[in-house]
Amino acid sequence: MYPRPFHYHRASSLKEAATLLAELGEEARPLAGGQSLIPLMKLRFANPSHLVDLNFIPGLSYVKQDAGTFRFGPLTRHAEVEHSEIAARIPIIHDCAAGIADVQVRNRGTMAGSLAEADPSGDWAPVLLTLETQVCCLGPKGERPVPLAQFIEDAYTTVLDPDELISEIAVKAPPTNSGGAYLGFKRCAPVYPSAAVAVQLTMEDGLCREARIYLAAVGLTPIRASEAEAALAGRPIDPQTTRAAAEAARATADPQPDMRGSADFKRQLIFTLTQRAVDVAARRACGEHVEVSHIYA
Amino acid sequence: MPETQRVPIKLKVNGKLSELEVEPRMLLVEMIREALDLTGTHVGCDTSFCGACTVLLNGLPVKSCTVFAVQADQGEVLTVEGLACQDELHPIQQAFVIQHGLQCGYCTPGMEISAYYLLSKNPSPSEKDIRKAIAGNTCRCTGYQNILRAIETAAEMMRR
Repeated sequence: MYPRPFHYHRASSLKEAATLLAELGEEARPLAGGQSLIPLMKLRFANPSHLVDLNFIPGLSYVKQDAGTFRFGPLTRHAEVEHSEIAARIPIIHDCAAGIADVQVRNRGTMAGSLAEADPSGDWAPVLLTLETQVCCLGPKGERPVPLAQFIEDAYTTVLDPDELISEIAVKAPPTNSGGAYLGFKRCAPVYPSAAVAVQLTMEDGLCREARIYLAAVGLTPIRASEAEAALAGRPIDPQTTRAAAEAARATADPQPDMRGSADFKRQLIFTLTQRAVDVAARRACGEHVEVSHIYA
Repeated sequence: MPETQRVPIKLKVNGKLSELEVEPRMLLVEMIREALDLTGTHVGCDTSFCGACTVLLNGLPVKSCTVFAVQADQGEVLTVEGLACQDELHPIQQAFVIQHGLQCGYCTPGMEISAYYLLSKNPSPSEKDIRKAIAGNTCRCTGYQNILRAIETAAEMMRR
């Protein structure tokens, strides 16, 4: 399968890439990891006339920390995040990075590309939404930071202008009494999850001080499960509160029936995954080392 | 429709330098198979699912149906043809023979490249490590058990 013919441009800096995108107009697209864009082009769902390749720009793949903020580059691959020191310290980051597709896709696909595509089943958006995340958008007119919650507007739609690129993703480091988990149900490794839940809990004196819960792949965008969060806030994490949160999350989910399952099936997945993710997040918040991975059919 | 652009690229495939001109939409796997006539790398699903087209690009396994050939410019590619040393099969290939790690053989080139990458990073992988390493390689014949055994056997042979 070949995509439609297109013109190939190789940018030597991010600024040049943004300028090229501005000159070439809306028929141009940036090429980062290409793990969604290339399959979409092969299926001819996406037919850009121009591709601006970012992969030859030096210095765009990094994971670093300064003053309590994690910084991910515009071309940082999932595999780099998976094997980073930050993933070793922040379990929800590792859960997410290590659970995306398979080795080959993780070697190419990028965190920024995942956010910019805004696929309803994408993994990074729900996970980074449970943390404080800013997306830095670079265009010919300059740079602007956008909170992730405002960055994604709809399915496959973000605030990025056609001539803008993500120049950095900045994530505030959670406090040491905070723990998270990202758990999904997948039919097999290379596919998106049928449903997934991202939970980040901050614990104090045995009580949940703050809960952030986002549901993935059961709506047009990641859905914040505010009622599930309220079921935990100020309470101990025990089987009763966990169950109440899971029931609230199930009611919040808004899944579509598709080849991954019926809407009821996905709601039930959300219930079970929320119970498990809350349990793991609470144990991690208390310093316990808990290894988890997605559940594979 | 834009006029056909051709981009000159230079890359090493299995240690051998190649210089060619490609259309931007040419996929890496098509370049490997059709321009370089290295047909060991297979096209399975052509949707980035099955991993039959797995090659190493700059040392990392990728699905070559989901990378454009122009992106491999200035890079190095290793395909299944690059595993054997002259007439002697690579231990991974020998182990797939010994353990019957294939039936139809369609997934085998990609499977062996994934195994090669795993064993270069981790000479003594657990069964779980092997399963994770080949999670992006689909086999519709074997049920995977013999592939796991083949990779375990290859690891033993390579540790000797």
